[in-house]
Amino acid sequence: MSADVAPEVSVPDVIAGVEPVQSVRTPIRLDYTYVPGRSLTAYLKAMKDKRILGGVCPETGQVAVPPRGVSPLAGKVTEELVEVADHGHIMSFCVTHIPLPGREDLKPPFVAAWVRPEGASIGFIGLITGIEPDECRIGMRVRAVWKPDEELEESAENIPSWEPTGEPDVPENEVRV
Amino acid sequence: MSTANGLREVAVVSSAQIQKRVIEDQSEPEFVTPLINEARDAVGFTQADIGFTCSGSSDFVAGQAFSFVMTIDGVGPVPPISESHVEMDGAWALYEAWIKIQTGAADTALVYSYSKSSPGSLRDVLATQLDPYYQAPLWPDAFAIGGLQARALLDAGRISEADMAEAAATAQTNAVDNPHAVRSGATTAEALLATDYVADPLRRHDLPAGADGGIAVVLAAGDHARQAVERPAWIRGLDHRIDSHQIGARDLTQAPSVALAAEKVGLGADKVDHAELHGAFSFQQLLLEQTLGLDPASTTINPGGGALVGNTMMAAGLMRIADAAAAVRSGRADRAVAHATSGPCMQQNLLCVLEGD
Repeated sequence: MSADVAPEVSVPDVIAGVEPVQSVRTPIRLDYTYVPGRSLTAYLKAMKDKRILGGVCPETGQVAVPPRGVSPLAGKVTEELVEVADHGHIMSFCVTHIPLPGREDLKPPFVAAWVRPEGASIGFIGLITGIEPDECRIGMRVRAVWKPDEELEESAENIPSWEPTGEPDVPENEVRV
Repeated sequence: MSTANGLREVAVVSSAQIQKRVIEDQSEPEFVTPLINEARDAVGFTQADIGFTCSGSSDFVAGQAFSFVMTIDGVGPVPPISESHVEMDGAWALYEAWIKIQTGAADTALVYSYSKSSPGSLRDVLATQLDPYYQAPLWPDAFAIGGLQARALLDAGRISEADMAEAAATAQTNAVDNPHAVRSGATTAEALLATDYVADPLRRHDLPAGADGGIAVVLAAGDHARQAVERPAWIRGLDHRIDSHQIGARDLTQAPSVALAAEKVGLGADKVDHAELHGAFSFQQLLLEQTLGLDPASTTINPGGGALVGNTMMAAGLMRIADAAAAVRSGRADRAVAHATSGPCMQQNLLCVLEGD
């Protein structure tokens, strides 16, 4: 019996002295055809036309971007979609100083922000470019930087980042309402 | 009010379901949300009237990460709710909700489960539920795993291929008027036996009828149930048992966890008017009928065809409970039993006895 094997385990002579297994690799791969649903399908199609769609809560009228098909406020399907602006303001932001694996194009420090497009009731996540990170601030007005028209796809990646418009900031009491 | 055994009286008071071969364009939250609303509306409840919410689903089925979180939006979880989730058939979510009501922490519950298997290959996805070291790495598909159990039953003389075809023909014929069936049409065992094997000894009709779908049910205790519906379907027995995860360690011609659960719910204590059995394969349907000792002469078994004509992963078991409860509420049955299963070769089994007043 190998000294490396716990004494209570009996090992056949044929594998006595064989190096114990420390780990096994059991790769899992499953292929799916992603089905985004009605709301997200409309959202992604509109993205190709450089339009941002939000879902309207049937009870409160609040507009969620991206639309997820269902309003948590009402617990109902959101039948109505509306276009929101491709500009808005920064609700909050974070400056990252370490590299993101797989995104070697992002040179630290970079800024991830919660951007609320005009016409939307909530924000969604985006990168902020065209400004030094230490100049970024809550309330700053930004607009979407769209990919060149020939590169547009049915994808949220059509907006690689948002950049400042240079207009006066949103007043502090309107930043989160 | 509590019963003689000290348990609270809890009833299934409403349900709503959808089941199709493929739900083409809707996401899971988009087709589950209307079911949740329909089941609550049927008894005049809003989410504010629900004490506990529990769901059953698996992100692996649709390949949609965090789908169970997205679906909670459909409940309307604002203001915050008391909520839980099981990665099992919704019948086990119902069990958790029933326990919650037994503790007194809730008087009512919303239970729902769903899946969309059409975006992936379910027979491969199911390999991931097997033992991860010895079995899953070999990727045995679900039809092959089923075939092992069928072969064992045939070899032991417990059933014949003709019996299997008869069960399938009965289910498909029963399903003619079932709007939720995805495999239906009057047929005969002779006609089905003339078809080719898909996974020998299994033919197409022996295999689960894959479907996309969902089900929502509302539970209510005591007077909450009596106020909600004229004739509540009271849960008078609820038990689930489990066999070994190692398929090789089991005698696949037997279903000991089914027999034990039947004993615990007192199934044999009285007549059974109606049975809804979650036999996704034809031979499992036969094994269940034999193990539970059900006689088609005195018990209406799967009048809509059961899971053999529509087997929505994660939901087919809860659908059986909902259908059995509907039979009691309508007065078609005084005492009904519903069965749900999960895991390879019916590893885990749940039985629910429902009675009218």
